[in-house]
Amino acid sequence: MSAIVTRRNLLIGSGSLLLAGCDRITAAPQVRNVLSLGETATRSAQRLLVADRQALAPEFTRADLSPVFRVNGSTRPLADDYTRHTLNGFADWRLVVDGLVAQPMTLSLPALRAAPSRTQITRHDCVEGWSAIGEWTGVPLGLLLRHAGLSTRARYIVFHCADTLSGKPYYESIDLVDAFHPQTILAHTMNRTPLSIGHGAPLRLRVERQLGYKQAKYVMRVQAVDSLNGLYGGKGGYWEDNHDYQWYAGI
Amino acid sequence: MPKPALIYRTRLPIRLWHWTNACALFVMLMSGMMIFNAHPRLYWGAFGANPDHAWLEIGNHGTSGYLTVAGITIPTTGVLGYAMGTDEAFPPLVTIPTHYGLAIAREWHFAFAWVLAAGWLIFALYAIVSRHLWRDLLLTYEEMKPAHLWQDIKDHARLRLPRGEAARHYNPLQKLAYLGVLGLGIPAMILSGLAMSPAMDAAWPWLLTLFDGRQSARSVHFICAAGLALFIVVHLAMVILAGPFNELRSMITGWYRMPPERPGAEDAA
Repeated sequence: MSAIVTRRNLLIGSGSLLLAGCDRITAAPQVRNVLSLGETATRSAQRLLVADRQALAPEFTRADLSPVFRVNGSTRPLADDYTRHTLNGFADWRLVVDGLVAQPMTLSLPALRAAPSRTQITRHDCVEGWSAIGEWTGVPLGLLLRHAGLSTRARYIVFHCADTLSGKPYYESIDLVDAFHPQTILAHTMNRTPLSIGHGAPLRLRVERQLGYKQAKYVMRVQAVDSLNGLYGGKGGYWEDNHDYQWYAGI
Repeated sequence: MPKPALIYRTRLPIRLWHWTNACALFVMLMSGMMIFNAHPRLYWGAFGANPDHAWLEIGNHGTSGYLTVAGITIPTTGVLGYAMGTDEAFPPLVTIPTHYGLAIAREWHFAFAWVLAAGWLIFALYAIVSRHLWRDLLLTYEEMKPAHLWQDIKDHARLRLPRGEAARHYNPLQKLAYLGVLGLGIPAMILSGLAMSPAMDAAWPWLLTLFDGRQSARSVHFICAAGLALFIVVHLAMVILAGPFNELRSMITGWYRMPPERPGAEDAA
């Protein structure tokens, strides 16, 4: 074997060295600590701008609906329990509301459907860049939390889901500003039909001023907590724990 | 022949903003291309996803990259869609980070967005207060005449750059390019960027009215980014043509050596 270093190989070699060097900078913890200042500034600025805490996400008309609403993320949870629920139309399925509440609750799907509801036609924005418009009907989360007697110690609401990604359970969390926002609902109906399995049957979260990965599907349990530290990876969500996505997804 | 005069042409605030903005723009373009890689399709209107019609798409069939714009498909293997052994829309050479990483790209993008926006705001105020805008950037009445602009276009086409006393000030096309970046390009980037934020759409619904929907804003964001990238290419080419040492010195120290008149320029005047 001759050991001639061709110009082409030298260029490719030094090119990949350069790129590896760049990545060492772009992904270094110290660098990312500095960059996180930008994230803090963005979150603070957006929370200040929507200071009335009630500013509504834009709502659309039925003429604006996406002809096909893309199914994304989990398309069907694989857990045996979930499969059993799908086979009997979620008749035995119960939503658990617990944690820092005076009155923990379990709610059946008919009970949720009979509860006061809000219907909204909103835009779903994926972190990747695409958007789809759908009509959602569900129970305002604030209503459930008031009903359960949310403790004054509670700071976050956590949504535990039936699905897993890469073998890890999906979960998400929001703060109380978003939990009590009028458009934050637990939706059981999409485009006037019961939520399909692809879109999160029987119940999914809509938190309309944040990106798609916050809109937890297959919600099984709503838990009020005072800190996110003790849960799973401690960063408040599956994507936050495993893929470094920001917990606040307002941008 | 006497040595041409050194003049103090570029004041400190302009130099500071130039370099801050250059850094911010490079980071924004490179991290922006990685964010685009997450969904390399563009739409018009409020919504747009894979089932909907895209007016621009970068993709690949196996190891063949392509770019489709308004129904016309151009093979781009080695540049876009498939290059450097990866099947990303924009290749590792030009993205931050080099290999697919949406979370890190977003961290860089939204941190440097503050640098870009704050820098622009401070500089725009400075340009007004110091009268830099009127003195150096806005075209004079004389320069706005079609004959004058046409002459400037012909001079640029022949790469006949101003020399002597005429080089003391920016020429009309140069002024238009700088005004375009300062007055249109960067503000359009900031506003269309904000229009893509679901929280900002709740706070400032007029952003969506301005761009006719979030996916249109995303398309405008991409088109303006391409415009800024084109500006950078032309800008660097002009620096090289005009004399890179002198131009760099004036943007670092402020001092610029007046290029001597061409021999026989008196006749032309």
